[in-house]
Amino acid sequence: MSRQLSDVEDVLQNALNKHGLSVVPLLQEIQEHFRYLPEEVLRMLSRKTGIPLIEIYHAATFYNSLSLTPRARHQIKICAGTTCHIRGGGKLIEEIFQVLGIRPGEITPNGEFMLETVNCLGCCAFAPAMVVDGKYYGNLTPGEVRKILSKLRERAALMEK
Amino acid sequence: MNTNTRSKLAIPDDLTKRREMLKDRLDPKKQRIVVCGDTGCTVCGSRELVPVIEKVLQERGLAKKVELKIAGCLGFCENGPLVLVFPGAVFYQQVQAEDAEEIVEKTVLQGEIIERLLYTDSADGRKITCAYDIPFYKLQKRVLLETGWYIDPLDIDDYIAHGGYAALAKVLGEMTPEGVIAEMKKAGLRGRGGAGFPTGLKWEFCRASAGDEKYILCNADEGDPGAFMDRSLLEGNPHAVLEGIIISAYAVGAKEGIIYIRIEYPTAVLKIEQAVRQARELGLLGRDILGSGFDFEVAISKGAGAFVCGEETALIRAAEGKVGEPRQKPPYPADVGFGGKPTVINNVETFVNVPLIINRGAAAYHEIGTESSGGTKIFCLVGKVKNSGLVEVPFGTTLRQIIFGIGGGIKNGKRFKAVQTGGPSGGCLPEEMLDLKVDFKDLAQAGSIMGSGGMIVMDEDTCVVDVARYFLQFLKSESCGKCFSCRVGIQRMLEIYERITTGAGSIEDLDLLEELAVTVKDASMCGLGQTSANPVLSTLRYFREEYLAHVRDKRCPAGVCRPLFRYSIDKELCIGCGSCAEQCQAEAIVETEEGSYSINPELCTRCGVCMEICVADAIIKG
Ligand SMILES: Cc1cc2nc3c(=O)[nH]c(=O)nc-3n(C[C@H](O)[C@H](O)[C@H](O)COP(=O)(O)O)c2cc1C
Ligand code: FES
Repeated sequence: MSRQLSDVEDVLQNALNKHGLSVVPLLQEIQEHFRYLPEEVLRMLSRKTGIPLIEIYHAATFYNSLSLTPRARHQIKICAGTTCHIRGGGKLIEEIFQVLGIRPGEITPNGEFMLETVNCLGCCAFAPAMVVDGKYYGNLTPGEVRKILSKLRERAALMEK
Repeated sequence: MNTNTRSKLAIPDDLTKRREMLKDRLDPKKQRIVVCGDTGCTVCGSRELVPVIEKVLQERGLAKKVELKIAGCLGFCENGPLVLVFPGAVFYQQVQAEDAEEIVEKTVLQGEIIERLLYTDSADGRKITCAYDIPFYKLQKRVLLETGWYIDPLDIDDYIAHGGYAALAKVLGEMTPEGVIAEMKKAGLRGRGGAGFPTGLKWEFCRASAGDEKYILCNADEGDPGAFMDRSLLEGNPHAVLEGIIISAYAVGAKEGIIYIRIEYPTAVLKIEQAVRQARELGLLGRDILGSGFDFEVAISKGAGAFVCGEETALIRAAEGKVGEPRQKPPYPADVGFGGKPTVINNVETFVNVPLIINRGAAAYHEIGTESSGGTKIFCLVGKVKNSGLVEVPFGTTLRQIIFGIGGGIKNGKRFKAVQTGGPSGGCLPEEMLDLKVDFKDLAQAGSIMGSGGMIVMDEDTCVVDVARYFLQFLKSESCGKCFSCRVGIQRMLEIYERITTGAGSIEDLDLLEELAVTVKDASMCGLGQTSANPVLSTLRYFREEYLAHVRDKRCPAGVCRPLFRYSIDKELCIGCGSCAEQCQAEAIVETEEGSYSINPELCTRCGVCMEICVADAIIKG
């Protein structure tokens, strides 16, 4: 963990002041800071509050938006909602696997891309849809997904240079 | 009056006065450009559009004269980004930033219509100017949704100008809590969150429950994949939700409320937070509301994303900041709810109906709808239908009217196969059922449910076996795992589906599925398990032939289950361009000696890219 320990203390204390011993809001607050839930921080939380670690992990694994794994540079969220499913969303997931070699929940070895599925992005009229780094794409085909991914990779390669 | 003053409204009269001073906002001649700011339209570029219109208005010195509004969902998502120009409700679709100048120059300044941006009726090719004349809107009854066209969701004064909080003033000033409950009963209002429980009765139970400390919990968890009615209401008219909540609190005798909203809806969260802030500033929340002696406060709690949290007993736990697992009922939330205290839980859309009933009167309200279900219902009409979007219709409207009237029928000239209502716990209904009247009772009898209002249309290219498998997969991952029948039963059913969709299924599997489904339905604790049988039983009942094709002939007629169909190339049609072979990731396409191409089924992954790109339509699926 790159952050100073005192930093973590502050985050935890802040969250506790705000939410008391409510586990889920505490975890949401921690995730907002670290973009995921680092194990050390959860252990500290448990020690500090006396909330059993198992209870903390129970909540962390129950809710879809809480994550125990670090985020990648590019976060791909593919809609796995019903409308997207019947309009070919599954093919997009397959295409991403072909191109990046990752399945939902996985991260590319270089930490560049992470693939997640969400239940509905609320833009079913443009199904199948996905969100990459907060940008929405709709009416997608596997071919277009491939194009979008290769653009992102090109840009990433340029940045590295 | 300087409407920026946030002086408290001490008595109902203050509200009336404030509305009076805002009345020029209702001027029908006022020029106004309304841009849809909903997620759907944002996908196709409405966010880029707004600053451009703003700039053009500035440059022409029109910023004061012409009002620019960013509305919630305008409904016709299919054709976004949408722009409405008032007066006249001129409807422009697929508007891009480069059209902004022309809209201001021509339509706003000279009243001239831009043909190119108009909607073309798919039936007769006619161009339609006014939104109200477009069949998609004309065939609806938009009593809840239409205010979204006029109200800026971020401005409480806009809501007040349009009659907002008048129902609250009336309730606090003239009605007893019992009177309010009686009005809800008379209106025939039933919960819109899924089960359709009579709202008045629910409030009555909670009111009668012992104790002084009671709660209102607004269910804005909306976890159905393929539905966004509640989000749209929260984004387009948050004060109406809030007004309904405050009225219900008065009726029940609650002093505190919680809005539980999913974190995946960031815009809706912002808007409802703003609405609560503004209402508090004006004294519509807090102590002694409008001088009535009634105190009420609302807090917002953000959901962390779990479908089962929408179930009411799970919702209570989630709102308490715990893991949202359901529990056995009874005791019902009306007796033991939030913090162990009596609690009323209602859905967002249910609350929005409340002020409407008070304003119109229960009798007038109940003129719309059926005997047992008063009012309208918002559906999220999506899938393989021509006109996708949010539609609002009276209870009792037939599926055919919704899908073929408002929805314009099936996309791309395909055949209708099924409509799925009620989300993952709903059922698939076939063509024979299209004349079914949509209401809680009839849908349940047909083996589906109303649910919260998802309506997903499927065509001949959709495999219903795959759809049922999909829902079970969804329910499996969302089941909390607490009760055995749900946890294991769904898993076993899913395994059978895995077999069937990969060609390893047998006819006996179909009977086993049915038996399992009935058991899970009977033995599970909460609504998730109890309704998980619906997708299975409804498809088995109406689409047995399709199941038989999978298990007996090892064939997926819709061409969805990958091991059960193939792609091939029609040599007659193939023009030998080779673009399919170029694009094939699996390198399954090779050139033949005659100069056309062929697909190696062993290597083919059935991704369908070749079919998508073939200009000669030479790729055959079957
Ligand atoms: C698995 C499951 C999920 C549910 N999800 C929601 C939901 O997302 N939104 C909702 O309002 N009701 C949902 N419900 C229904 C609620 O339990 C409850 O009946 C409803 O919020 C009551 O409000 P109403 O009477 O206004 O409909 C769900 C029920 C079940 C069993
Ligand atoms: S199902 Fe994918 S956006 Fe709704």
